[in-house]
Amino acid sequence: MMDLSLLPDGGVGWLDASGDHSDIVISTRIRLARNLEGYAFAGRARDGERLRILSQVEQAMSAMRGSHQGVLLRVDEMPPDDRLLLHERHLVSRELAGLDPQRPVRSGAAVHLTRATSVMVNEEDHLRLQAIESGFRISEAFNSVYALDADLGERVPYAFHNEFGFLTACPTNAGTGLRASVLIHLPGLVLTKEIAKVLAGLQQVGLTYRGLYGEGSEVVGNFFQISNQTTLGRTEGELLDYLTRVVIHVIEREEDARKVLLRDAGYIIEDKLWRAYGTLRYARSLTFDEVMSYLSSVRLAVGLKLITDLSVYTLNKLLIFSQSAHLAHAEARELTTSEANLARAKYVRRILADDTGSTR
Amino acid sequence: MVCDVCKEADAVIQLTEIEGTGVRLRHLCERCAAERGVETTAAPKPQITDFLQSVHQAMQATQGDAARCAFCSSTFRDFRSTGRLGCAHCYDAFEKSMRDLLRRVHGSSQHIGRNYESPASHVVPDGGTANELRDRLRRAIDAEQFELAADIRDRLRGME
Repeated sequence: MMDLSLLPDGGVGWLDASGDHSDIVISTRIRLARNLEGYAFAGRARDGERLRILSQVEQAMSAMRGSHQGVLLRVDEMPPDDRLLLHERHLVSRELAGLDPQRPVRSGAAVHLTRATSVMVNEEDHLRLQAIESGFRISEAFNSVYALDADLGERVPYAFHNEFGFLTACPTNAGTGLRASVLIHLPGLVLTKEIAKVLAGLQQVGLTYRGLYGEGSEVVGNFFQISNQTTLGRTEGELLDYLTRVVIHVIEREEDARKVLLRDAGYIIEDKLWRAYGTLRYARSLTFDEVMSYLSSVRLAVGLKLITDLSVYTLNKLLIFSQSAHLAHAEARELTTSEANLARAKYVRRILADDTGSTR
Repeated sequence: MVCDVCKEADAVIQLTEIEGTGVRLRHLCERCAAERGVETTAAPKPQITDFLQSVHQAMQATQGDAARCAFCSSTFRDFRSTGRLGCAHCYDAFEKSMRDLLRRVHGSSQHIGRNYESPASHVVPDGGTANELRDRLRRAIDAEQFELAADIRDRLRGME
């Protein structure tokens, strides 16, 4: 099994809840899509071409110094459990990990990781450069990925067009190739039934939303990823400013909704949140969807300062480490669904008890 | 709730406007919303439907399905069915369609973001490297583009 200590910060430094608005915004992620000159895009390329792309990129990366020095993992040579583990950590996409039986992992699929950045190689585009930051930190994430892009772009030739900008396999990413996603927790807007209006509003102003794992994923636990839809015809700065303003507005609406909830339905809400906490503290078997849903309530209770002895970091950690591949990794064996549910409940009880300093 | 503008009809649209650094929420009736260019007849469509529709329209307007990229041998039909281009050269091979499509999807086809210059040592002349030509040759044969394949084979022989 993969040695996760090889990963800088375990690849999850962004869980530490150190960023702005971290009780509402879990993380800020910015990715740049880039392709190399002289090859077909990864979906069209032959196996040999993708391997040559990887070796060209690997050579360029091994010459990078300072904060851009990292580890390169060959995703195409990993067993399925390890690929799922990387996906659960949000380090590789479902596509790169080859998790759909109809679309198995491609030869040359790899990921390069540093403390603040990751680069997927041979995903839909040859390169997907990405930076993830804790909380709402657009400019920090952008600075990291922009510097990496400049460094790498001097070492390998990107496909670039004077009119259309950086060229990508899907024209929806062409131009800047930039997609910024803010992972945000909006239980107040869901409970006050304002969420549909807010989401419709996002689409009217040219933004879009997705579930926890990006494109095609469902919304669970009231977690939404808000991101820009267009990538061409505006500068990177303009795209990010615009997203920032709208996300700040959404955060304010969420804060207002939480005040309304407490004012109009105080004890009903309090009861609901404490029941969720009680379940997580004492249940003996939990599915991942149950954990997500109860964690959403507990996170809201922490945000409302009803629960004061739990850290947001602990809640973030539970989101990642209570997933199936992580539980199997911790137990160092494969788990059946019911074994995983037992292991999950045990893990959640232990982490919550440790954080609050009480008995299990 | 009544419309913020005409103060008569029922508000059915909530419009988020961004002016300078401020965000303003307005509640509008269907007519006042339409006057401001807001689509009122249906809920916003998911992005992919819009996108595929744009691809379809772009194709009908400007490009035959059979148009083919000489670098990767993809046709415009391939793009239409998958939504993915085969290589960077497809943008030139289907240039007019791509320009129309990008304008529909992004509102503009002119990149104004980060400028980029390829590292000089890597600049490849028009013909490409031998490895590149071999890849192109295999793709041309796969796509049964034998005339193109023969042309590439001759250029490879010239290099060798």
